[in-house]
Amino acid sequence: MIGLISYIAFFATMAGIMAIAVLGLNLQWGNTGLFNGGVVAFFGMGAYGTMILGGRPEAEQFGGFELPFLIAFAGGILAAGLMAWVVGKLTLRLRHDYLAIATFGVAIAFESVTRNAEWLTGGAKGLRGFPRPFEAAIGDGFTYGLVFLALVLAVLIVVYVGLERLVRAPYGRVLRAIREDEVAARSLGKDPARMRLQAFIIGSMIMGAAGGLYVTFYAFVSPQDMAPILTFQLWAMLIVGGAGNNRGAVLGAFLIWGAWTLSGFALARYAPASMQLYAGSVQYILIGLVIVGMLLWRPQGLVPERIGKTFNDRAAKAPTNTGAHQA
Amino acid sequence: MIQNLVDGILTGSIYSLAAIGMTMVMHMLRFANFSYAELLGIGGYAALVFDRLFAALVPALGVAIEPLTLTWALVLAMLVAMVITGASAVLFDWLVFKRIRAKADALSMVFASFGVALIVRNVITLIFGHKAELYSQDIAFAVVLSRDPMLLVKPDQIFTLVAALVLMLAFHLVLTRTTFGYALRAVAENPNLSQVSGVRLSSMVTAVWMIGGGLSAAAGVFYAMTNHLSPVMGHNFVLPVFAATIVGGIGSVYGAVLGGFIVGIASGLALMVLPSGYTPAMPFVIILAVLLVRPHGLFGEDRDA
Repeated sequence: MIGLISYIAFFATMAGIMAIAVLGLNLQWGNTGLFNGGVVAFFGMGAYGTMILGGRPEAEQFGGFELPFLIAFAGGILAAGLMAWVVGKLTLRLRHDYLAIATFGVAIAFESVTRNAEWLTGGAKGLRGFPRPFEAAIGDGFTYGLVFLALVLAVLIVVYVGLERLVRAPYGRVLRAIREDEVAARSLGKDPARMRLQAFIIGSMIMGAAGGLYVTFYAFVSPQDMAPILTFQLWAMLIVGGAGNNRGAVLGAFLIWGAWTLSGFALARYAPASMQLYAGSVQYILIGLVIVGMLLWRPQGLVPERIGKTFNDRAAKAPTNTGAHQA
Repeated sequence: MIQNLVDGILTGSIYSLAAIGMTMVMHMLRFANFSYAELLGIGGYAALVFDRLFAALVPALGVAIEPLTLTWALVLAMLVAMVITGASAVLFDWLVFKRIRAKADALSMVFASFGVALIVRNVITLIFGHKAELYSQDIAFAVVLSRDPMLLVKPDQIFTLVAALVLMLAFHLVLTRTTFGYALRAVAENPNLSQVSGVRLSSMVTAVWMIGGGLSAAAGVFYAMTNHLSPVMGHNFVLPVFAATIVGGIGSVYGAVLGGFIVGIASGLALMVLPSGYTPAMPFVIILAVLLVRPHGLFGEDRDA
């Protein structure tokens, strides 16, 4: 019984962390129409940033400053935001798909650094040893798992409520206005480049927060945790749940993480031994099919975007980004 | 130094071949296609299948053409692979991109192309396995061109460079000397106006996918001849090919050729100062530099900001 509960807590913790990252992605893609092709890099920046600031010192290793958890966590989030600022500043003025290329490039560059800059990131062996908050008081057993789940859910709720207020506020309306018709928004005196940059940075910082929680949970991070598939998983969660809808984003995160975990179990159990090495490939193909299938047949997702009264006539439309470049 | 430069030129020719199709697709269909580089993998593996098949059917074809490791079987297999890859590019467009184009925007196509890339790459992994494959088990000895400075080149590398240049020249002649090439350039210049002049846009889109697929297949085979085949090949080419396209300016075929060589040479020279583990990130640095200094590339037009 304890085993089952502790497994459910583990599952919910991971799904909750993913849901936080998906909420960040939703602000970028769902509300603002920005394509982030390297989510894993911003997640990873939060993870490595938190680890370096809050981890324990090791010989010949930069970092391990053992800062209090909240400061380390905030530092990781800021690092992700800083990276977003640089990338956004360079690309957001240009053709809309340049951001996709640049963020994809960031992810590749980030992976190179995590694998090679051993003094900073520990290289392939990664970084380990992180004093988890309250661990000294509670110990690292069953109870800690539940406390950590509560922490993740608390962050998830804070992010969710914060984003709901943000997108319902005039600020959110401006973001959608820019997404739908940039020229019209500009004619009303809005600054699309600045708004987009802000949304991109805030979204990336939320992804960084998810990464920070991830590294706190495992007290370990290595390039294996930052595999490109994470970007695809998060994208699948958003498109299944419904881009533009925060409730859908959270639902999608739990659904896809559940499907991913179950398919992993099923493959481990029923696939022939010779195929075990390729179980990952089967799962990747499923994720790819989910993404392409949703885009083809139900682009609005399970929970479509709901837009306030003034935009009722657009409510039926899938969240799209009719960029000025198509004009 | 000189070795890095020569290696960079050899790699650059492969980037150039792949970037020609990419720049045309990106310009004509207005989206960054992340599944494009997977065509190199499709081409490389299709050639592997037919190379084995031809060599088994007609053993005489399986003999290496000295001093290359290349066989006539592989030459024929490459031609077949070019057609197959072109056809699969058209098939992806027909199955996915065309449908999304009809109802959604360019960024949804970017998104879909990520999904297509993931599917293609992993289907290749399932069929051929994780391990690297080679066309020929013969050891290709490098020839010492000069001792001071040290310069080693394999005959296969020279062949792939020449073959890549011949393919580019052939495409240049098609573009400049035929009605078809004229129509292709017209579509690239102004899709609407060219339609008014009687060019069928849909058949031009098909043609661009065929050409892009064919050239990418050749690039994939050339890469596999001088390195090896692996399922992650497509993934590794995504960024350099985008970089070549952006350096050259989106839509410029000649820019893409030049961009490919620039990216190849810059990555080669970077090895002198950076450990090789950072090579995959080099194209990204080049992209950032171009976006800072000249956002529309060397030959790009400032038409869609």
